[in-house]
Amino acid sequence: MKNHVYRPLLVVIAVVVLILAVRAIYVPDDFAIGDRGYMYGWHRQGNEVDWKNVKVKYLGREYCQDCHTDRYTSIMASAHQDIECENCHGPAVDHPDVRPALAIDKSRAHCLRCHFPLPYASSGRSKIPGIDPDEHNPDIACAECHNPHDPMEGLK
Amino acid sequence: MITRRKFLKSTALGVTGMALPLAAFDFIDPRKLMALEAADASKVRWVFLVDTYKCVGCGLCVKACKEENEIPYDANVTRTWVERYVLTKNGEVLADTPKGARDGFTTAKIDLGLGKYREVKQEDIEKAFFVPKLCNQCENPPCVQVCPVGATYATADGVVHIDRKWCIGCGYCIMGCPYGVRFFHPVHRTAEKCNFCYHRITKGLKPACVDACPFGARRIGNIKDPGDPVTRIIMTERVGILKEEYGTKPQVFYIGLSREVK
Ligand code: HEC
Ligand code: HEC
Ligand code: HEC
Ligand code: HEC
Repeated sequence: MKNHVYRPLLVVIAVVVLILAVRAIYVPDDFAIGDRGYMYGWHRQGNEVDWKNVKVKYLGREYCQDCHTDRYTSIMASAHQDIECENCHGPAVDHPDVRPALAIDKSRAHCLRCHFPLPYASSGRSKIPGIDPDEHNPDIACAECHNPHDPMEGLK
Repeated sequence: MITRRKFLKSTALGVTGMALPLAAFDFIDPRKLMALEAADASKVRWVFLVDTYKCVGCGLCVKACKEENEIPYDANVTRTWVERYVLTKNGEVLADTPKGARDGFTTAKIDLGLGKYREVKQEDIEKAFFVPKLCNQCENPPCVQVCPVGATYATADGVVHIDRKWCIGCGYCIMGCPYGVRFFHPVHRTAEKCNFCYHRITKGLKPACVDACPFGARRIGNIKDPGDPVTRIIMTERVGILKEEYGTKPQVFYIGLSREVK
């Protein structure tokens, strides 16, 4: 038994053991095959919970109903009944406790998302009444004349 | 006395043996295999249905998605986006999606990129429509196969996730996705993509884009529930999928797909 034969073998073993040890410490315990087998399911199981715990920010208009009953009832009876409040006011998370006021998007561009005329026959866009922004009362916010919660209310 | 041949042989064997990941032996544990089977019987498999006839290109889905999932609002990346296709009578296919349609389509000018725009006269348009895009949550996700560290994976209910703690940002998955739905998250510096708003669907809510759409162009359903209206449409009506030839088995179905859509 000559030392020079075993020495490189020991070095190789030491390196492999070191790699395995580092791997055992570094890789989290919950790394395992998930429900989709090795090919698609090899992952840190805890991450699924991480994704489930992301905070919900859009709460839906039923949440607004009790406090802003007037807006709710007027929009539900108007041509805008399909548009969620938070599309124009932003996500309501933490409102009104932490954030007492929500955003109010009064820009013309916001209304033009739907009302700029693009008469593409096979798209629902062609069925929404469009206005030419350069002709239809330019430079005045749409909400000065139209009530967004009931757009044809009080117009002459 | 050890021979040179014997030494080399046993070294090679030993090293190969030790290099085998310990986890490779998990496979032979029958109890784990049983658990696998049981989990597979889980009764949810999320699918998505897009009706391109109903989409008006308002982009409110994109806005809602960015806010809900904290994708930096002004960075030109998004988990979902809307494409506009305009096909002219002389056979040209023009498509654009300015800022992923975060602000909708408020002009008839088609954005050709590099600051060039093109306006097609109404009478020259053969057909034109909008196509919302999002992650297809493929049954055979190529993005998962290419991940070298196990940071992206599919769950039993069919959603493909990215582990932000484990992703090393190598970008293989971004190149591997045939649909281009993956991008780098500018803040977390990891790969990022749509996960059907997993935090909402697992709480009985709908994805933010589905709730934001005033026209019902986006819907989510459970393909394992035969009574689900979305499942019924997918099973009984004419729906298409994107890039079928890739064999990825996408789980986002489209009503009114046109062959120009890629
Ligand atoms: C618990 C009651 C409550 C609920 C629920 C609620 N709000 Fe409010 N909201 C308030 C109060 C109170 C104010 C007034 C704060 C102030 O004036 O300082 C307010 C203010 C606002 C404002 C700003 C008004 C302004 O003058 O600046 C908007 C916009 C708004 N809410 C929209 C919403 C929407 C959209 C929802 C549903 C997603 C909602 N709110 C849900 C109580 C509520
Ligand atoms: C189409 C976009 C749009 C939708 C949808 C919408 N709003 Fe508004 N909302 C506005 C605009 C624009 C204003 C500002 C109106 C003004 O200045 O007269 C506003 C104002 C408000 C205000 C504050 C009024 C004030 O003058 O202080 C409240 C509260 C409010 N909206 C609640 C709601 C609620 C609740 C819903 C859903 C039921 C809703 N909004 C849906 C666009 C919208
Ligand atoms: C999400 C798309 C969308 C947005 C954003 C939107 N609208 Fe509308 N609007 C509609 C739809 C859909 C109708 C109903 C069309 C119909 O009668 O079928 C409508 C109807 C109207 C009408 C009544 C038209 C008529 O002939 O009855 C007016 C006026 C109007 N909107 C103004 C506005 C203003 C002002 C804003 C911005 C505050 C706005 N809209 C934002 C989709 C939108
Ligand atoms: C100076 C007031 C004023 C402003 C500002 C204004 N409108 Fe109007 N709008 C009217 C009046 C009045 C009518 C009804 C008479 C008519 O059809 O012109 C109307 C009609 C409409 C209609 C219905 C058209 C149809 O054919 O049924 C739509 C849609 C509309 N406006 C959208 C908008 C949008 C979007 C904006 C902002 C970009 C806007 N309006 C700004 C006064 C205004």
